[in-house]
Amino acid sequence: MMFVPGNNPGMMADAHIYGPDSIMLDLEDSVTMAEKDAARLLVYNALKSIDYGTTEMVVRINPLNTPYGKKDVEAVVKAGVDVIRMPKTETADEVKELEAEILKVETEIGRVGETQIMAAIESALGVVNAYAIATASKRMMGIALGAEDYSANLKTNRTPGGAELLLAREQIVVAARAAGIACFDTVYSNLDDMETFRKEVELIKTLGFDGKSIINPRQIEVVNEVFTPTEKEITKARAVVAAIKEAQAKGSGVIAVNGKMVDRPVVLRAERTIALAVAAGVISEEEML
Amino acid sequence: MKEAVAGTLESGDIMIKIGPGEGLDIELQSSVAAQFGRQIKAVITETLEGLGIKDAHVEAVDKGALDCTIRARVTAAAVRATGKDVWKD
Repeated sequence: MMFVPGNNPGMMADAHIYGPDSIMLDLEDSVTMAEKDAARLLVYNALKSIDYGTTEMVVRINPLNTPYGKKDVEAVVKAGVDVIRMPKTETADEVKELEAEILKVETEIGRVGETQIMAAIESALGVVNAYAIATASKRMMGIALGAEDYSANLKTNRTPGGAELLLAREQIVVAARAAGIACFDTVYSNLDDMETFRKEVELIKTLGFDGKSIINPRQIEVVNEVFTPTEKEITKARAVVAAIKEAQAKGSGVIAVNGKMVDRPVVLRAERTIALAVAAGVISEEEML
Repeated sequence: MKEAVAGTLESGDIMIKIGPGEGLDIELQSSVAAQFGRQIKAVITETLEGLGIKDAHVEAVDKGALDCTIRARVTAAAVRATGKDVWKD
């Protein structure tokens, strides 16, 4: 998910060319108060006119308790955005309030139920309430960590190793998995330190995140490299899936691959490996049929 | 209507200055004026007419903006000039 400032038309026009899975046009922190009105109109018109292809389009709105939040919802829902990202989410009630605003606009334009919600968790209270937030709406497609505000709220700083974020990251992954939705890690802002960025991406993949937020096209390749399964992993996953299909056809529940027993968690991991490989374009869906 | 500005001089953007006038009078500066000048002025006119504005003096400095950016910047300038927002709240 690549962050793009909502008041920069040049970047908004080009962002999808670099091939991010999703683009988040930002109306919040990257836009000054004096330019909120102009950015909202830019984002509205860009969503209506620019062909972003299959890239998932997300807009980060301003909080509903500011003079900008409700107008942002009206504009982006009318423009047909895929996902609204709520900043600084702390409670399930805030999600329900956004849901009601979305429904109001969707009802007006006759497009009910199309807009999804992603909640950014950026404070200690948000982390404590992560599961309640994740399950507050049927529209909730994922939760994401916003680490800058979170570490400030914790009264600490961000470090290269990310020790200060460990609990929040784990809590967000666990809450998302318990709720059956996706989870996304925070941005890494130092573009000159790609080595630490790669380590961070490897860490969050190990923790179970579905993806990483990025601030520059240069970061896309690293995220894709880390998240794309290796040839060895794909071969192993294929063998497991083929073996389980064969066993199911024979009516047997227990199988072995290369002499090792394969049970349900192994099959689930193999299926996720294949899904990631398909998403990364390393293998085609047809190959898996 | 008071005078108002929206947009920047960055690449891919357009700066629109709008103020009182008689009829729609558009002054355009653009490095692509020869090829796209007429189209840019048409988008500006269409956007203002869509907002019910028939009288205004517009100065536009284009830096290669897409039509959707022109519409957004013209609307933002017009909203700032008239005080009438296009959104409800």
